[in-house]
Amino acid sequence: MKPLALLGRTLQLVPVLLGVSVIVFVMMLLTPGDPVEIMLADQQATPQQVETMRHDMGLDRPALERFGVFLGNAATGNFGLSFFHRRPVFDVIAERLPATIELTLAALLLALVIAIPLGVIAAIKKNSLVDRLAAVGSLFGISLPGFWFGIILIILFAVHLKILPVAGRMDFACEVAPVTYLLTIDSLLRGRPDCFTNALSHLVLPALTLALPMAAVLTRVQRTAMIEVLRSDYITFAEAKGLSRRRILWRHALKNALVPTVTVAAIETGSLLGGNMVVETVFGWPGLGRLVVESIFVRNYPLVQAAVLFYAVTYVLLNFVADILYTVLNPRVKL
Amino acid sequence: MTAVPNDAAIVRERIESPTGQSLRRFLADRFSAAAMGIVLLFVLLAVFAPFIAPHDPYETDLFRRLQPPAWMEGGEWSFVLGCDGLGRDILSRIIYGARVSITIGLAVVMIATVIGIVLGLAAGYLRGWVDIVISRIVDILLGFPYLIFAIALMAMMGPGLKNIILALVLKEWVVPARVVRGEVLAAREMEYVEAARAVGAPRRYIMFREILPNILSPVIVVSTIRMAHVIILEASLSFLGIGVQPPTASWGSMVADGRAFVLDAWWVSTFPGLAILALVLSINVASQGLRDAFDPKFSD
Repeated sequence: MKPLALLGRTLQLVPVLLGVSVIVFVMMLLTPGDPVEIMLADQQATPQQVETMRHDMGLDRPALERFGVFLGNAATGNFGLSFFHRRPVFDVIAERLPATIELTLAALLLALVIAIPLGVIAAIKKNSLVDRLAAVGSLFGISLPGFWFGIILIILFAVHLKILPVAGRMDFACEVAPVTYLLTIDSLLRGRPDCFTNALSHLVLPALTLALPMAAVLTRVQRTAMIEVLRSDYITFAEAKGLSRRRILWRHALKNALVPTVTVAAIETGSLLGGNMVVETVFGWPGLGRLVVESIFVRNYPLVQAAVLFYAVTYVLLNFVADILYTVLNPRVKL
Repeated sequence: MTAVPNDAAIVRERIESPTGQSLRRFLADRFSAAAMGIVLLFVLLAVFAPFIAPHDPYETDLFRRLQPPAWMEGGEWSFVLGCDGLGRDILSRIIYGARVSITIGLAVVMIATVIGIVLGLAAGYLRGWVDIVISRIVDILLGFPYLIFAIALMAMMGPGLKNIILALVLKEWVVPARVVRGEVLAAREMEYVEAARAVGAPRRYIMFREILPNILSPVIVVSTIRMAHVIILEASLSFLGIGVQPPTASWGSMVADGRAFVLDAWWVSTFPGLAILALVLSINVASQGLRDAFDPKFSD
């Protein structure tokens, strides 16, 4: 990809990110209830104190000026104080983020591990039993309400079979000094295999709940891409050269058939962010998604606002990465 | 005298409208037709809920608290699917819950489709600054993950049926708008549009009377697929407690109610979730059939 094209595509991000910030800011403006009154709810504040605080927080200035301040602060990671925690919003979010990242990565990995082989086999054996089962499975995958499926998994594996924990991220007995803040990796790095299995057993069910709808989509994408590739001339040529079927499939065909899958996976990772809120709530997973849902109920708006902005920016960037990946992996496409 | 069919009969026999052909193809696909049957069944349940539901969905009875389904010990056939934590009949609540899911699904998709058609037609046919403004707004809205956008709006507006519809429509219209815009861009170069322009037909006439009928079927197919999506979103919001509020029976909040009883009463969460799965799955299967029937180039 040419640097100029990359620059052009990067510049296109600016209006979108600006627009996203405007929407998040307007959402906050339109929120009923005065942030100062929410903050001082349990204290006996005189009207004078309320006025002073409002002035200190800049709430008495015109909207456009406040938007400028908001943008400047957002760019430097300053999202104000979390009403509820009485600490900077940025710190509270940063604390919860690793749990969400670990869950998202696990789900992404799981989805790819399910979807790639299944899609390839379905494509090779088109219209076979495997292909049909994969099709039916995909339909179920996109139709499953995640919050319900998570509860069903809990009932099955945690309550009845008692082989996996109901909720949480790791037992208290395990305490591993943080390196990456991803508990599975940290326990391996610290040489604690017992804690690794413990963290993994907590991770399995939420990751599976999150992964299935994504795997359903990716299987279809992988299948279509593989069918397309297998029809192309260079595969016919490889066959004519007398290369073994296995070598053709896994070395020549898959390499190209992975391009759409990887691209869609990058986009879908963005939608995992939304799914996280539901799945983290079901499994008591101490991540950002659950924090946002909890914050809504205590009207902790600065945190909700910062998190929504964070999610949106991540989502836009992931789509950008998907675009770039697609061109890098597939030189025939021009931006 | 030999029976010679008159001209009109011949015409009627040979020419079937494209819609008719598509419908015939759709009904020939038994699987999709059956799925459509299930969707219609849910619609009937929703409409006639008061006549079908065996009990009052709001009537609590502490003696029936967490009563198991009929086939389990302690169950009764008059409360087939058992009772919830307040002793309310789960089957009756599921039947009433269909009203919420279907009302919101239909309302959101229909309103969003109308908005999407108008804005998509405007962007695709008028081009220029209209297109730029609409397309930028679409880009920005696409920058939000759907559920997060809806959750943020619900957090601001507060729960309730009207607010859910509003929050989902504000994001959902983007989908039909993009489809319509794309179709219009292709259609505006076609001869029939040029012909209409040549005879001096007004812009609004060309947009709504010439182009719209010709691009409607992909839009309708996309809208049916989206309905499945919207129903899951509403259920997710209600599950999180920021959607439909108690005591109104909605499938999402019923699943949430059951979370407290996963240890000893699995049926409270399980059955409402199965209802969501059955409806959404049927809509997905039916819409795939519709897509194949109306747009054969998609099927492989």
